[in-house]
Amino acid sequence: MSRALVLKRKPAKLAAAAAAGRVLPGRGAAAGPLALGEVDPPEGPTDAWVRLRPRLAGICGSDLATVDGRASRYFAPITSFPITLGHEVVGELDDGTRAVLVPVLHCGVRGIDPPCPSCAAGRTHHCERIAFGHLDPGLQSGFCRQTGGGWSTEMVAHPDQLVPVPDDMADEAAVLVEPTACAVHAARAIRAGSAGADGAVALVGAGTVGLTTLAALRHLDGGTGREVLVTAKHPEQRRLAEALGATRVVGPSELARAVRSTTASLVLSDDDATASAAQGQLTGGVPTVADCVGSDASLAQALRVVGPGGDVLVVGMPGTTTLDLTPLWHRETSLRGCYAYTRDDFATALDVVAAADLRRLLSATYPLARYEEAIAHAAEAGRRGAVKVAFDLRGEKHR
Amino acid sequence: MPRPGLVLDVDRSTPPILFHHGESFRLEKLPAGRSRVVYPAEPLPALRDVEGAIADALDHPLDSDPLAARLRPGMKLVIAFDDVSLPLPKMRRPDIRQRVIEAVLDRAAAAGVDDVRIIAALALHRRMTEDELRHAVGDRVYDAFAPDGRLYNHDAEDPDDLAFLGTTPHGEEVEINKAAAESDLLVYVNINIVSMDGGHKSTATGLASYRSIRHHHNPATMVHSRSFMDRHASELHHSNWRMGEVIRQAGVEVFQVETTLNNDTFGEKGPLSVLQKREWEWSTRDRMTFMGMQAGLKRMGPNARRRAFQSWEAPYGVTSVTAGAVDPVHERTLQHCFDQHLVSVEGQTDVLTMGLPYICPYNVDSIMNPILVMCLGLGYFFNMYRGRPLVREGGVLILSHPTPWDFHPVHHPSYIDFFEEVLADTTDPKVIAEKYETRYAEDEWYRHLYRTSHAYHGVHPFYMWYWGAHALDHLGSVIVVGGDTRAVRRLGFRPASTLQDALEMATDTVGPQPTVTHLHNPPIVMADVT
Repeated sequence: MSRALVLKRKPAKLAAAAAAGRVLPGRGAAAGPLALGEVDPPEGPTDAWVRLRPRLAGICGSDLATVDGRASRYFAPITSFPITLGHEVVGELDDGTRAVLVPVLHCGVRGIDPPCPSCAAGRTHHCERIAFGHLDPGLQSGFCRQTGGGWSTEMVAHPDQLVPVPDDMADEAAVLVEPTACAVHAARAIRAGSAGADGAVALVGAGTVGLTTLAALRHLDGGTGREVLVTAKHPEQRRLAEALGATRVVGPSELARAVRSTTASLVLSDDDATASAAQGQLTGGVPTVADCVGSDASLAQALRVVGPGGDVLVVGMPGTTTLDLTPLWHRETSLRGCYAYTRDDFATALDVVAAADLRRLLSATYPLARYEEAIAHAAEAGRRGAVKVAFDLRGEKHR
Repeated sequence: MPRPGLVLDVDRSTPPILFHHGESFRLEKLPAGRSRVVYPAEPLPALRDVEGAIADALDHPLDSDPLAARLRPGMKLVIAFDDVSLPLPKMRRPDIRQRVIEAVLDRAAAAGVDDVRIIAALALHRRMTEDELRHAVGDRVYDAFAPDGRLYNHDAEDPDDLAFLGTTPHGEEVEINKAAAESDLLVYVNINIVSMDGGHKSTATGLASYRSIRHHHNPATMVHSRSFMDRHASELHHSNWRMGEVIRQAGVEVFQVETTLNNDTFGEKGPLSVLQKREWEWSTRDRMTFMGMQAGLKRMGPNARRRAFQSWEAPYGVTSVTAGAVDPVHERTLQHCFDQHLVSVEGQTDVLTMGLPYICPYNVDSIMNPILVMCLGLGYFFNMYRGRPLVREGGVLILSHPTPWDFHPVHHPSYIDFFEEVLADTTDPKVIAEKYETRYAEDEWYRHLYRTSHAYHGVHPFYMWYWGAHALDHLGSVIVVGGDTRAVRRLGFRPASTLQDALEMATDTVGPQPTVTHLHNPPIVMADVT
């Protein structure tokens, strides 16, 4: 038997989770359908699949949205319940080697041959067959009932999903590789966009996504003097952003002023003689804004501070949102999502984690038995001085 | 004869001392046996016949023909006057500027001069509002000149109304208001509330551009000024005097009118009169008045308190009016200032304490933001000395002020950015100047707000910071009592909740049992330290 946190599709329980999550983020773990129990270990669809025993498994924003019952309906056709969450995984194979999981369930993993055009081009995160092949629907491991997930003592993975962990990299660092791969992907999008190799960039949010994106961008830039403005709500986020190379860290309410002065923009309002940047509308802005939060407020702010013809990259997972898109239309802003990664991004992420010492972003670990505390901590990470919270499975008894 | 200022040695019988604390007050016990209080002098007698004194000054100027003799039909006459930053608090109507300007205009009219412009010499300060202009020059002058654009604020960023006059031997560029530069006569109407004002600084700074002002408003000049209040030991003034010479050589004729006010800031009677009395002389009525004021202030919100204090108009008396050539006029003015302000003080102190009031030259009708707190404490009050600073080198300055993290968004937009961006990086004036000044000074948005709204110039918060450069260089530590902790730390200072805590903290820097001197300010007092 395997010990796992299993989430079943129980509409009433999910509604309760949503209600609890609205009151206090992360409280859906207690009120919803998430439960810790002994389950049959997952079995891979073919003999090629291997058993992975998670050592550390992170708690991601998408996991929290699912636990709190606020995940978008968009995911319904590409999730198969019951699921064991957890896709930020460093684990151990039967032969004792350690590996991090590349969780995307693409054509190669699903036994689909020939692969779809996206997978054939190496863009496995754009796979067009994510609900087909010999696997049940599932965007990633952790959202597919057959694979299991990292919040358990056992899961299965296809060899294409595994990247060996260097011997000199601790589990605590390796668990940051998956989120950092997302960040590398975002940093590459920034460099390919309006900001180019050295244009000013604003990163909205200094949680895991924002901080790893900052680290990845600095790593890829290789010491250019690019201006990187970061918004941070909390002192620990501010400290880490400064340590990871932000040119300037500001409070969320200060970003417009910081962008205005950095880019020498002017400000418009009904009475432009007295408008402040915090109240008015900037005439210019930074060429690229990476929204590392994904909320209504962060997206609206990103659209306010991006320059004409610039790019807003949505790196943090958004939900259903209401936005005034007039500035997007008027200033020909490109709004682009930034999801997941390629194998190549993972390779670079290993370097970024080591070079930027991203192990320091792991703030707390919990055993599975304390999952309610763990999820509550992750949901309020910034306010509680934390960044990444993970489950530590190394002490779990294997049966 | 009013009593002069004095230095009181604090003993066990000395009552608690009044500290101004923004829009409130604190009564503080100073350590007996090692503390002293520097009290300002009582107000000097006011001139009984101000109009007569003005007439006498204009008709019998120093090193100049009488004003009337320098006026002729067809000439261009410019009258410039000190802006809203003087005096503090504003004086009750009629303002002395109004009286002088009316007298000058009477003579101009009699001489048939019809090309007259009246300019508020605000340098890089915010533009004065209509109400403020009316207060300074009076309704009659305002209504006669403002509607057709002949009374206006100087614009240090107007490319069409600036004239480059040359360069001093030190390489300082001199660029001033074109209308003033091209006038046949520039009459400058001044109010000298402290000895830093007036002289060639009136024109060389008040009517200058950033290009010109930056040559003396910089860390090097400020650090080497000993002090701003002692013009002969001030690099700031040396630079202005060099520029004054360039202005003179360019052919600009300046007729300087300088005036001085006495120390009657809060009145000898009335609700605030207790503030300029010595504590051991407070009557029962004074104590009741003070307690009532404290209780009332506690019940008011910060905005209501601010409005109440900012509405106060001081009953100053005019103590002198002098006119003529800049140098002799200013020397006489300085003597009048010193007669009112100077108090002899023997030796320096380990710890200097001061309570900061609700107003400084740059927050009239506005908010005293943290940068202005620094400027008032370290730039102005610290510099209220002649000879040597009141506090020894490496000593501690203790300020009392709430130091709110609060800014007036219209008046101080670049201050907000300076506080959020620049001070978050460094508090070193030299680094600040090198790394950030040009970007702020040339920022189009700040320039727009300075020219069209009521904002201080983009570079102004830098100047406020430089103003404290000498003190920052001299002091071992600065402690702020009762301030917003985050704001105080952003300034690079140490917060303390009480004066006793601050004195305890000061011993880290100056050792146990330090000597303490309290500068009892306002009204203005200046220490002549031997």
